[in-house]
Amino acid sequence: MKTFFAVLHRDLLLAWRARSDLLVALSFFVIVASLFPFGVGAEPEQLRAIGPGVVWVAALLASLLALPRLFAQDFDNGVLEQLLLSPEPPVIWVSAKILAHWLTTGLPLVLIAPVLGLMYQLEPGASGILTLSLALGTPVLSLLGAIGAALTLGLRGAGSLLALLVLPLCVPVLVFGAGAVDAWAGGMPVTAHLSLLGGGSLAALALAPFACAAALRLACE
Amino acid sequence: MPVMLDVDQLSCQRGERLLFRRLGLTLSAGELLRVTGANGTGKTSLLRLLAGLSYPAAGSVRFLSSPILQQRESFHASLLYLGHAPALNELLTPLENLRFACASAGDAASKTACLAALDRIGLQGQIDLPCSVLSQGQRRRVGLARLFLASRRKLWILDEPFTALDTHAISELAATLDAHCTAGGAVIFSSHQDVSFRTPQRTLDVESFAA
Repeated sequence: MKTFFAVLHRDLLLAWRARSDLLVALSFFVIVASLFPFGVGAEPEQLRAIGPGVVWVAALLASLLALPRLFAQDFDNGVLEQLLLSPEPPVIWVSAKILAHWLTTGLPLVLIAPVLGLMYQLEPGASGILTLSLALGTPVLSLLGAIGAALTLGLRGAGSLLALLVLPLCVPVLVFGAGAVDAWAGGMPVTAHLSLLGGGSLAALALAPFACAAALRLACE
Repeated sequence: MPVMLDVDQLSCQRGERLLFRRLGLTLSAGELLRVTGANGTGKTSLLRLLAGLSYPAAGSVRFLSSPILQQRESFHASLLYLGHAPALNELLTPLENLRFACASAGDAASKTACLAALDRIGLQGQIDLPCSVLSQGQRRRVGLARLFLASRRKLWILDEPFTALDTHAISELAATLDAHCTAGGAVIFSSHQDVSFRTPQRTLDVESFAA
């Protein structure tokens, strides 16, 4: 547990020292989501219909932006090697790194989503469901993304390869995340969508750190 | 003295190329072993194999008579490996880097102990600066400060520890390695420089096992 908190504390501290990087990802999210009304026109009905999907796709792309940095720095300067030599199981510190990554890139997206909901003229209820679906779904993006980041570590063109690897895997999250808001707008129950997102998060939480640790071990060999 | 590390018939392959084969060595407590060889002959690869960071193409590495892969956790609890890169983050200060290195490795090192270690290695004035402004030699010193906090780790494996250090730091480091051997530990290091130790130094030339 000491290793977990040491890694979490350090990664949060590093994120704070390099906070401009985080602002870039967050601004990217806001800008991508703001571009759509210019492209498709500002009809309130149309905006309301595409809003949830657009916000979800923008969140997906923004979370992708910070992923290559998750392990690359530690890999280059030898910290990853030292972490692999820790007597603690690698799953522990891998989980800490993913948690720090979600707290610094996923959580800000969740918090700013209601503002984008306003821009797309979503009703307060729909906006709430959108935020909730992001809160349940973005951990999956971080967890799956971490596997991709570990697998592409040290490769040429890691960033684009990472996108190709991770984006298709995120389709179900996108379907159920945006689908939850549509279901709410259509007057249908949203528990099924949200349960699937939550379940997906838990499954990814249980499995991804192991896959990630194995991939990191291979990358460092 | 008990045998600490026992290496038998070790072969190392990097990509298509066999770097060395049938390499054997034994290291007992209190011994100091220097690994030599020209650039690219496999010194770093050998040290990484011994640390359990990579897997051999053939052969085995035993620590206290059981294979290291079967007792990873207890082996890594008794091992200190310092690689080529000093394992520092540029945005953190030497103190933050050192405390993180100790805490993540499971060493209980208080702030005062870390400060004392940095003081001893000659970094009193740079404790509050980010590592990005330190010189190569100073960065190396931050990495080496862990040696002062890891005396309970029996086996030290150091990859080129003397690179970029000034003469004073080199003799300090040599004295630290001597002290570790005297206290019953064992040290394996690679180096291109001739450094004098009080402990009798054994040499292993990787080139003589070249495939």
